[in-house]
Amino acid sequence: MNDNLREQLALLPDYFQGHLVLTLIALSMGIVISIPLGIWAAQSRRVKGPLLTIVSIVQTFPSVAILALVVALLGGQIGLVPAITALVLYSMLPIVRNTVTGLETVSSDVVEAARGIGMSANQILTRVRLPLALPVIIAGIRTATVWTVGLATLSTLVGATSFGNYIFTGLQTRNLVAVVVGSLAAASMAVLLDAIIGGLQWLVENRNNSVDSPRYRRTRLAVAAGLVATFSVSAYSLLPEPEADYVVGGKGFTEQYIIAGLISAELEAAGYRVDQRLGLGTEVVYEATANGTVDVYLEYSGTVWANRMDRNDNPGRLEVLEQVEDFVQRNDGMVSAGALGFQNLYALAMTRERATELGISSIDDMVSVAPDLVAAGDLEFFGRPEWITLRDTYNIDFAEKLTFDTALMYTAVAEGQVDLITAYTSDGRVAAYDLLIIDDPRNAFLPYDGMVLASPEAAQDGDFMRIMATLIGKISDTDMRQANRIVDVDGGSVSEAVDYLQAVVHGQ
Amino acid sequence: MIELRHVSKSFDQGTVVAVADTSFTVRRGELLGLIGESGSGKTTTLKMINRLEEPSTGEILVNGKSVREGSPEQLRRNIGYVFQGIGLFPHYTVAENVAAVPQLLNWEEARIEARCRDTLDMVGLPFAEYGQRMPSQLSGGQQQRVGVARALAAEPEVVLMDEPFGALDPITRAELQEEFKRIQRDLGLTVIMVTHDMTEALLLADRIAVMKEGAVLQIGTPQELLHTPQHDYVRDIVEMPRRRADRLEQLMRAHDN
Repeated sequence: MNDNLREQLALLPDYFQGHLVLTLIALSMGIVISIPLGIWAAQSRRVKGPLLTIVSIVQTFPSVAILALVVALLGGQIGLVPAITALVLYSMLPIVRNTVTGLETVSSDVVEAARGIGMSANQILTRVRLPLALPVIIAGIRTATVWTVGLATLSTLVGATSFGNYIFTGLQTRNLVAVVVGSLAAASMAVLLDAIIGGLQWLVENRNNSVDSPRYRRTRLAVAAGLVATFSVSAYSLLPEPEADYVVGGKGFTEQYIIAGLISAELEAAGYRVDQRLGLGTEVVYEATANGTVDVYLEYSGTVWANRMDRNDNPGRLEVLEQVEDFVQRNDGMVSAGALGFQNLYALAMTRERATELGISSIDDMVSVAPDLVAAGDLEFFGRPEWITLRDTYNIDFAEKLTFDTALMYTAVAEGQVDLITAYTSDGRVAAYDLLIIDDPRNAFLPYDGMVLASPEAAQDGDFMRIMATLIGKISDTDMRQANRIVDVDGGSVSEAVDYLQAVVHGQ
Repeated sequence: MIELRHVSKSFDQGTVVAVADTSFTVRRGELLGLIGESGSGKTTTLKMINRLEEPSTGEILVNGKSVREGSPEQLRRNIGYVFQGIGLFPHYTVAENVAAVPQLLNWEEARIEARCRDTLDMVGLPFAEYGQRMPSQLSGGQQQRVGVARALAAEPEVVLMDEPFGALDPITRAELQEEFKRIQRDLGLTVIMVTHDMTEALLLADRIAVMKEGAVLQIGTPQELLHTPQHDYVRDIVEMPRRRADRLEQLMRAHDN
C-alpha cells in the first residue's frame, strides 16, 4: 500500500463519522418536517400545489448556491448548522412528494370501509392511510437518503467535515487517490444506509407471515447489525471530544492547504490541539474568522483591498498591506500577525532563455517588442481590471492575446508556443518550468501579500500570536513556489510540502 | 327498528336527485332487500342510514332514535356494515380486521379475542387456522366471510349490506347466502341488503323494496311481488327469475319421468 493511500485511509474514521452524523441528523429532521407537511398537503388541495412547487424549486437551486445562501442567512456561521440546514431543504422533495402520493393512492374502497365501520378522520389517517402509504413513503425516504449522502460531500465548503474533504482537497492538490477514496466512501455509505432502510421495510412488511423463516432471521440479524454499527458510530461522535484549542481555516487551493498545514503543525508542536476547516470560500472564511468560528487563516492583502475595501488604486506593496491590516482591525476586529513574505499575484512570466534573448527583465523593457509577442492568459485575465491597468500603465499591447486553461498555459510557454503568460507568482509551475517573473516597476499589478489573519479572540492570546510571529517574513516567493511545486507538479502530499516549509522557517 | 320518513337526497345543489321522498320501515329481525338498477338510489339510501351520506330532507330513526343524535362515528360503530368491494384492511390480519370495531369501542382485550373466535367460527373460518392470515392469502369467498365477521363482531342489532355477494362466483355466492340467512335468523339481526340480483332478494329477503329513479315503487313480501306486482317495472324484474324457476322445474320433471 503506498504512502498516499495510507495517509488518506488514516483520515477515514474522522470523515466517515462527520459524514454519517451530518447525514443522519439532516435526514431525521427532513423526515420529521416533511411527513407532516406531506400529510397536510394530501388533505388539502390548496396546500398541495404551492407546497410541492416550493419544495421542487428548492430542489432545482444549485446546491452550492443553497449552501452559500444558508451561510449568508445565518450571518456567516459555518460548520454543522448551515450544512444540515441545506441538507434538510434538499431532503424534503422526495419525502413530501411520496407522502402525498402514498396517501392519495390508498384504495378508496378501504378508506370507505374505514369510515363505514366508524373510524374518525384521525383514526383513518393513522390506522389505515399512513400504514398503507408507508411503502411509498419509505421509498421517498430512501431516495432522500441517497441524495443526502451525496450532497453531504458539499458540506466541506462550509466547514463541516465530510467525505467532501477528500474530494475537494484531492481535486485542488491533484490527489486522485483522495478523490477516489472519498467518492467510494460516499457511495458505500449511500448503499449501506439504503440497504438498512430497505431491510427494515422488508422486515416490517413480512412480520406476519414469515417471522420464522431462515431468510427472515438472516435479514433481521443483518439489519440489526447495520443499525447497531450506524448508531454506535454516530453515538461515538456525541462523546465529549477533547475540544480543539484552535481552528485553522483555509480556502480551497493548494497554497491554502499547505499554509494551513504549516500553521497547524507549528501549533501542534507547541502542544495545542488543532482542528482544520479547509476548502472554504473567500467570503465564508473571512466572516467565520471575524466571528471567531475560525481562529486563523491565510489571506491576501490584494483580496481584501479589492473585494472588501473596493479599492483599485495601487499605492505600493507596503502601503496596501498596512491599510488592509488597519481595515480588518477597525472593521472586523481581526488582527494580522503579519505578512509571511511571499506574494500570490498576477505577473508576466517568460522562459529564462527567451527573456535573455530579448533582453527583458522588467515590463518597461518589454514595451518596445510587445507588438511582436504572443501572450497567453488564464480564463479570466484579459477580462479583469488587472489587464486594463497593466495596458494603461505601460501603454503596452501584444500581437496576440490567447486564453488558456491554467495548466495548458504553463506548458504552452515552456514549449515556446507563446512568448509570455500571466502567471501567479507563487505557483509551483513557475519553478518547475524555470520561468522568469518579469518585474513590475510601476506597480500595475495589485500586491497580494500572504498574511496571517487572526480572529479577534485569538489575537488576544499571547502564546498564539507569539507562535504566529515565528512565521512572519520567513517564506519567500521561491520557498512558496517550491512548496506548491511539491504538491502540484511533483505529486507529493500536502504534509510533505509542510515539512519542507517547516525546514525553511526553522532554518534547517 | 329502522324507519325512513320522507327522506330525500340530492347532489350538486339540488340538480341531481338521487333519492326522492322515500319512507319505509324495517321491523326488528327483518331482512329487507333493497333492489334496483345502478343509479336507482338504493346505495345512497343505505348510506344515509349510517350517515355515510347525509339526507337533504327527512328523518331517519334507528331503534326509535334519530340518527342525527350523537356523532356519525359512534352511530357507525353500532351498525354492522358489509361493503360491496369487501373493503378489508390489507395490512391487518384476519383477526385484526374482525377486531377493528370492538377496538374502536374500547372493549377489553380478552373480550375482543373471545368475540373474534366466535365470529370467525360463525362464518366458518376457524380462528386457529385463519386468524393470523393476511386478507391477500384468502379466496374471494373467504374474504367476504371475514367482511361479514367484521360487521358482526361488535354485536350490532342492525346490519347494512351493500351488494355483499356480488363479486363472488355463483357456487360460493349461494353458500354464503344460505349461511348468512341462517346467522341472521339465529341472531335476530335487522338487515337491509342492497342488491341488483332479484333471485338473491327473493330467496333471502323477508320483504323487498323495489327502487327506480330514486323512488320506492313497491315494497312487499316476495310472494306479494311475484303475484301482485303493482307496477310494470316490478312485473318485469320478477319475470326473469320466475321464468328461470319454471324452466328449471320442467328440466327436473323431464328427468324424473
